[in-house]
Amino acid sequence: MRKLTGGLMWVVVGVVLVPLYWTLVASLTPENRLFGTPSLLPGRLVLDHYRALFEARDFWIPIRNSLVVAGLTTLLSVTLGSACAYALARMAFPGKTLTLALVLAVSMFPQISIVSPLYLVLREVGLLNTYPGLVLPYMTFAMPLTIWLLVGFFRQLPADLEEAAFMDGAGRLRTIWEVVLPISAPGLATAAILTFLYSWNEFLFALSFAMGPERYTVPVAIALFRGQYQVPWGEILAAAMVASVPVAVIILVAQRRIVSGLTAGAVKG
Amino acid sequence: MTRTIAPGTASETRLAWMLAAPALAVIVLVALGPILWTFWESLHLHDLRMPWLGRPFIGVANYAEVLRDARLWSALVHTTVFVATSVSVELSLGLVLAILLDRVTRARGLVLTAVLVPWALPTVVAALIWRFMVESSSNWLSDPVMAWVPLVLADAWKTTPFVAILLLAGLQTIDRSLYEAAQVDGATAWRQFTAITLPLLRPALLVAALFRILDAFRVFDLVFVLTGGGPGTATEPIALYTFATLLQHLQFGLGAALSMIVFALAFIIALAAIRLFGGRAFLERAA
Repeated sequence: MRKLTGGLMWVVVGVVLVPLYWTLVASLTPENRLFGTPSLLPGRLVLDHYRALFEARDFWIPIRNSLVVAGLTTLLSVTLGSACAYALARMAFPGKTLTLALVLAVSMFPQISIVSPLYLVLREVGLLNTYPGLVLPYMTFAMPLTIWLLVGFFRQLPADLEEAAFMDGAGRLRTIWEVVLPISAPGLATAAILTFLYSWNEFLFALSFAMGPERYTVPVAIALFRGQYQVPWGEILAAAMVASVPVAVIILVAQRRIVSGLTAGAVKG
Repeated sequence: MTRTIAPGTASETRLAWMLAAPALAVIVLVALGPILWTFWESLHLHDLRMPWLGRPFIGVANYAEVLRDARLWSALVHTTVFVATSVSVELSLGLVLAILLDRVTRARGLVLTAVLVPWALPTVVAALIWRFMVESSSNWLSDPVMAWVPLVLADAWKTTPFVAILLLAGLQTIDRSLYEAAQVDGATAWRQFTAITLPLLRPALLVAALFRILDAFRVFDLVFVLTGGGPGTATEPIALYTFATLLQHLQFGLGAALSMIVFALAFIIALAAIRLFGGRAFLERAA
């Protein structure tokens, strides 16, 4: 039985990884052989597509855009969201349940429902095709996600430490700053990682509010790749691999945190 | 559940609001305000290609127009078909994967890392990978029925790990001694699964189902890249139709009406789920 589950598990892992392997090999295969019979063992491999990606297409631009937008979104939502989450997790105040319900409700908003007003507002204030013009819309999913994760995290911190600080006469703010914050690094890191991941992957808002190639994020740039005569599959797949690198690194480094974050907050998929 | 220290003084309440206010202000500004605006917009004739028409109030005329539109109804049918097939595939495969993961003792971290990669990839990348694999081996994408296959496969490939991880957490809360007792009573593995695992896994299954249904209902990136809603509009879901109305045809009034329909349907799904869980239990789940 144990052998059987072990064997099955490796079959599953294989099935999961085949599409990635196929993509990797294809991204290293010369264009004229791309649509030949697919074979598991690659023939001659070339770096042409990657070279074209960074030289002719300047793929650094969407990478930089994505890093800036996802980074700012993460910074802003973790900073503001953690304060809010602490209050929701640890303090009694009227309207608390309603606030939690609001945060949860917003996390279920279909993005498409608010594309039209956001577009009109951003156009009105001249923020279409700018970094803030993406970071602000990204708050609609990043903020509820961060708050939801961190409320769960703060609730399961032992309350004794804070109580001891109060006994010693420390006020609430000082307690947060000197007692809670230093032990919150794991929770904040998990929230930051997941927020960054969702922002790095976001597509609909970036497609709607980044109007030109100079502001495209990585997913938009890849989705809108056009060749002169035909679909430039080699470069598209090379770009797909490049876009997956940060994601794979994050998973490798923080698999444990991500799993606990997903199950604790039951994050949206 | 929550332990509140130094309770209910006025200054404590004020501080709590000060801590919560900035984040809440952002949420009101970027989510709550806009959804109200979408509703207001949906009551107006607003076509960005014809600015000389202005933005006159026309009541529910946009709704009347989209509800008469056959493309809306087929988009709703497509969305429903996609939700039903992809979510049932993902829940069943996710359950199998969770049970496997629960039993694997060696190298579980490695296995988790491997299966999490597709989940963490940008949906656009997953869609391109599957589009390339399908295009290089068949012409399914030009067939209105077969074009659904890669859509469901790609979605299952990407999100089954997420379902499995939620279910795995549920499995690990089940008391092992229940299985031992069942074994002593001579219950078969299948009987143990139906009598112990499934009923005790119900809450985790419901949560996973809710998140997947809401997500599949909003499907956009995957279809935009993999089939473009085609051939024709054969695989166009409601979010894609709304996007096309808004940002390709620039009919903002009509698009806003479609947006409100999407919003109302998502709201109904969420309400139904909260009724199923019980509202308070749902809010307390974060703990």
